[in-house]
Formats: sequence, C-alpha cells, structure tokens
Amino acid sequence: MTLTTDHSRATADGAHSHGVVPAGSRAERKTSFDLADIPVPTGREEEWRFSPVARLQPLFSDELTGDGVAVTVEAAPEVTVETVGRDDERLGRTGKPGDRAAVTAWNAVREATVVTVPADTVASGPTSVRIDGTSKDATASHLLVHAERHSEAVVVIDHRGDALLNQTVEVLVEDGAQLTVVSVQDWEDGAVHASSHRASIGRDAKLKHVVVTFGGDVVRVTPDATFTAEGGEVEMVGLYFADADQHQEHRLFVDHAVPRCRSRVTYKGALQGASAHTVWVGDVLIRAEAEATDTYELNRNLVLTDGARADSVPNLEIETGEIDGAGHASATGRFDDEQLFYLMARGIPEIDARRLVVRGFFAELIDEIGVESVEERLLASIEAELEKSMSVITGAPAR
Amino acid sequence: MSTLEIRDLHVSVDTKEGAKPILRGVDLTIKSGETHAIMGPNGSGKSTLASALAGHPKYEVTSGTVTLDGEDVLAMSVDERARAGLFLAMQYPVEVPGVSVANFLRTAKTAIDGDAPSLRHWAKEVRGAMENLRIDSSFAERSVNEGFSGGEKKRHEILQMELFKPHFAILDETDSGLDVDALRVVSEGVNRAKESTDVGVLLITHYTRILRYIKPDFVHVFVDGRIAEEGGPELAERLEEEGYDRFLPAGTTASA
Ligand SMILES: Nc1ncnc2c1ncn2[C@@H]1O[C@H](COP(=O)(O)OP(=O)(O)OP(=O)(O)O)[C@@H](O)[C@H]1O
Ligand SMILES: [Mg+2]
Repeated sequence: MTLTTDHSRATADGAHSHGVVPAGSRAERKTSFDLADIPVPTGREEEWRFSPVARLQPLFSDELTGDGVAVTVEAAPEVTVETVGRDDERLGRTGKPGDRAAVTAWNAVREATVVTVPADTVASGPTSVRIDGTSKDATASHLLVHAERHSEAVVVIDHRGDALLNQTVEVLVEDGAQLTVVSVQDWEDGAVHASSHRASIGRDAKLKHVVVTFGGDVVRVTPDATFTAEGGEVEMVGLYFADADQHQEHRLFVDHAVPRCRSRVTYKGALQGASAHTVWVGDVLIRAEAEATDTYELNRNLVLTDGARADSVPNLEIETGEIDGAGHASATGRFDDEQLFYLMARGIPEIDARRLVVRGFFAELIDEIGVESVEERLLASIEAELEKSMSVITGAPAR
Repeated sequence: MSTLEIRDLHVSVDTKEGAKPILRGVDLTIKSGETHAIMGPNGSGKSTLASALAGHPKYEVTSGTVTLDGEDVLAMSVDERARAGLFLAMQYPVEVPGVSVANFLRTAKTAIDGDAPSLRHWAKEVRGAMENLRIDSSFAERSVNEGFSGGEKKRHEILQMELFKPHFAILDETDSGLDVDALRVVSEGVNRAKESTDVGVLLITHYTRILRYIKPDFVHVFVDGRIAEEGGPELAERLEEEGYDRFLPAGTTASA
C-alpha cells in the first residue's frame, strides 16, 4: 500500500487548503430520495463549506418547476433516445442523492431523457446531448445514460446558454460495457448550475467520466462513482478554467464497495482574475470488503494571477489493509516565471510563451479524453480563456 | 561582424532582504568568431552576468551599458534579446511540462527568424543536429527538459545553439556534469556552430578540460563581481594549477 501526498508546490498559494479531516466518514454521509431528510444547507456543512450557498439558493427550492432548458439529442444510429415519466423504473438505480441540490433535483423533475446503448452494440459515433439554457426560471432536469451489457459508446453532454439548472445525470454501466461520458459546462455568464452525476459500474465494466468546466457564474458538479461488482474500472478526468468571480466546484466520490476494482482520478484547473475560485474535493472510500483495490487521485491547479483561490482536498478512507495501491497528490502552484523566462530567452514572445505553458499544463489531460471533437474544442476554449488574461498584459481589449 | 559590448555593468539581485549587489563593474567586449572563457570561484557572479545579459527579471542593472552593434540591449525584453541574436545556454535548464521538444524548437525558430521554417527542411535539420549531438530521436516528443539527465539537458541547450544560429552565445557551465564522451560531443557542437555561423562565444567554466576542445582566444578571471585579470589560453592552465587565491583579498579562500 502506498499513500503519497505531493506537497512540494502546495504552499505557493496561501489560500490553498489540504488534507482537512472530513466531518465524518463518507460511509456515514446521509443519502436519501426524500427531500425531508436533507435540509437546505447553511454553508457550514462539510459538503457546502466552500460553496457560495446564497448564489445557489434558487436551486434548493422544492418548487423547481421552471422550463429553462431545451434538451436536444443527436444520437448515434445504434443508440436509442426516449423521454420518460419520472416513474420509469429505470430511474434511480445508480444510488441515492447525497446533498440538498441532488435531492431537490430528484424530487422536482417531471420527466427524464433516457439514452440507451443496447446490449452487445458498439455505437459508431458519439452521441451528443445538448442542453441549452433558454430562460432564468430555476429548472430541474434528469438524464440517464444507460450502457447495457457489453456495449460501447461515447456520450457528450454539452451545456450552453444561460440558465439556473439543477440536474441529475445517472450513468449506468452494465457488465462488460465500456462507456465514455463527457460533460462540458460552457455556460454564458450568469448561469448557475448544480449537477449530481451518479454512476454505477458493473462487473468488468469501464467508465471514462470527463468533466470540463469553463463558463457560468457558479458551477458545482458532484460526480459519484460506485462499483457494484468486481473488475470494474473508472477513469475520472476533469479540466476547469475559472475567471474573475467564477466559482467552479468539483466534488468527487469513488465508492470502492467491492473487491478488485480500479479508479483513477485526474483533475486539473487554471485560475485567473480577482475572486476566481475553484474547489476540488476527491473522496475515495475503500470499504472493508474491497480487497485488491487500486486507486490514485490527483489534482493540480495553476494560479495565473493574484486574487484567485484554489481549494484542493483529497480524502482517502481505507477500511481494509488488503489493497493493491492507494495514493493521492494535490498541488497548487503559481505560474512559473522561470518557465516563462526560459521560453522567452529563446525568442518566444510572452503571450506565446504563456500559452505554451498553460497548454502544456493541460496537455496530458487533453490527450486522455480520447474524443477528438471534444479535444479540439477544449484547445479552442483554452485559447479563448488565455486571450482574456493576455489582454491584461498587452492592454488590448478582451474579446 | 558583430560586437557585444559590456561597459561598467553593475547588477543587483532581488532578495527577501532587498537588493544585493553582485556585479561590480564588468567590462567585456566580444566580437564575432571570438571565444572568451570566463573562470572564477563559486558565487563570484558568473551566472549573474549570464542572466543579466539575457534579461532575467530577478536581476536589476543598476548602472552600465550593454550594446549589440550599438543597439541598447538593456532596453530590450528577454525575447527581443534572443531575436537580436543573443543565446544563453543555462547552467540549470528549466523543465517545461507538456511542451514537446519538437514544438518548442519550431516555435522558437519561428520567433527568431520571423517566419516559420519550411517543414521538410526543418525536420531534416533538427534530425541531423540531434544525431550529431547523440540525442535519441525519441526526445523530440518528450517535454522540454522534463526528466532529462544533467548531461541530456546540456546537449539540448547546445542543440538549440546549433539550430537557432545566434550571433553571440553565452554558455554557462555547459561542461559541468558531462562525462568525457558527452563533453567531446557537446564541444564538437559548439565548434560546428562557430565554423558555420561565426558566433561569438562566452564560455563560463570551472575546468580547462573543455578548453582543450573549444580553444579560447581570451581567458578572463572573474572574482567578486568583476574581471580581475585577462590573458590568453595559458592563463587557464595557470588557474587550474594555482587556483584563485592570488586574486582574492588576503585571508579569504576561493572555497567560500
Ligand atoms: N536570488 C538570489 N538571492 C540571493 N542571492 C543570490 C541570488 N542569486 C544569486 N545570488 C548570489 O549572488 C552571488 C553570485 O551568484 P552566481 O550564481 O552568479 O555565481 P556563479 O559565479 O555563477 O557561481 P557558480 O560557479 O557556483 O555557478 C552568489 O553569492 C549568490 O548566492
Ligand atoms: Mg553559476
């Protein structure tokens, strides 16, 4: 067993926090389908302590009746898409809501979109789920991505426009299936988005779960992954880029409830501008029965300007000694001026040098995504983000 | 024919306790094709001179001038200096994760030349230069300096010197940490650059062994932030035998 923490650069940002002992084990955290069980948070709760609870308030109401998003699915020919009522028996099989936003979304929603990859089928192309914000009425939505036994598919969920959205994304990966789910939060300014991703991974199944957050005022994504049978694998990849006044929060929970499963978590973020705030919390629970677990999680943050704050909290709870590997690393560093000097000393102008360094920071992560259209778009979005900070350097107006 | 002229250069370094003077009046003129060796005890300010010439923001020039063919180098930004033809092979090259050597070399070459090199020609040139320096072709896809051994970093610096074709190259302890074979390979690289481009070289070193491969025209003894003595190649031999003691104030030693 290895337990590693990379503190080497974690002190570069005074606002960095790390390794705080959680208030109670994840195993004991209240989860429920019942609204009455999970009260509206005050902000002092462990799972809300970094969040701007006031700005999220509209999403906690039990009257989330708005119709503020349009959902458009372009599916691969092998993949089926349905709109079903909330009583459809396929819903709610990936675990219970774990916080107030999630339980509110579950109770408020009237219908759900179900994307199914039939058993033994390989989808010939990506399936795209577009979620466009159309009005600022607080809205609940529900999506189930269901990969049946031994199927293979890529599903890209794409959020744009402006909305107040409280969302559930269920991901059901049945035995032997291989699924990639990508969720891109590319909202316009003003959007507030809470999203509970709950994934359940069956025997020898593999899920690649990718989260990309650029836009919106407040985005809080809480991906949970639970293994239900041996041999499962989850790779959770995240990339975020926060500007002035944006709050981007990613709270992950990997539940190693059964033996011989593997999890890899890699999240990287860049921050720029006053009061840009990112939060990454990675909870991994290795239960007593989960022998031969292999897990590693990593979070790195690159602080490009003063006044931005990155919180990074890995939590590893291990209830058995019989594991193959468990480790985590978390580091938050300022932009490295020595790298900038090295590149500029080779004739590369400052703007291009910064671009190279930031792209380099994300490079290996982008390669891991493995969905070409998403990779290209990401590179373009990173460029656009960098334009904003470059305009500070060059004095040119931001786009 | 180009001239790099350093006149009465005073440089301080930013420290937590405030500005600390390091260079105390450096005078040095280098012309195209010349090789100047600088030798001096640890901490005497050799790397500070190199960094100040390249424009590292930590080093503040408090007085003096540096000109390249009459142009004010100190008024240029770091990248402008490089594009004007200055090159610094660093004592401790910096790792740049996620930026491949191939991409880095192409980007820098494009910046220095003002337009992108022709793809085919450039690929061939890079491959050839890497072969000459015994750098495995797999390095092209690796991140700049990341996980390179000390010797590999130094060879990568000389690779850039050969490819970027500067007018003046400052080599800060490029020989340190090289085994005998690598020392020869690297020296050959410098000599190739000297032959093909007539580059002026400022070679900072502690050892005469590199001077057997790269023949200096002038040797300067650098002590306490300035040049204490100048001579020909024979001065290097003398330094190796006698050390720096006779240049230091009485009662101190060079190992400080
Ligand atoms: N950032 C800094 N903060 C404090 N002191 C510094 C800093 N940079 C350089 N110095 C000091 O300046 C002096 C000159 O350093 P420099 O690196 O130029 O020496 P050098 O001649 O290159 O030595 P070496 O032969 O060991 O490479 C040293 O005393 C060093 O400690
Ligand atoms: Mg030095």
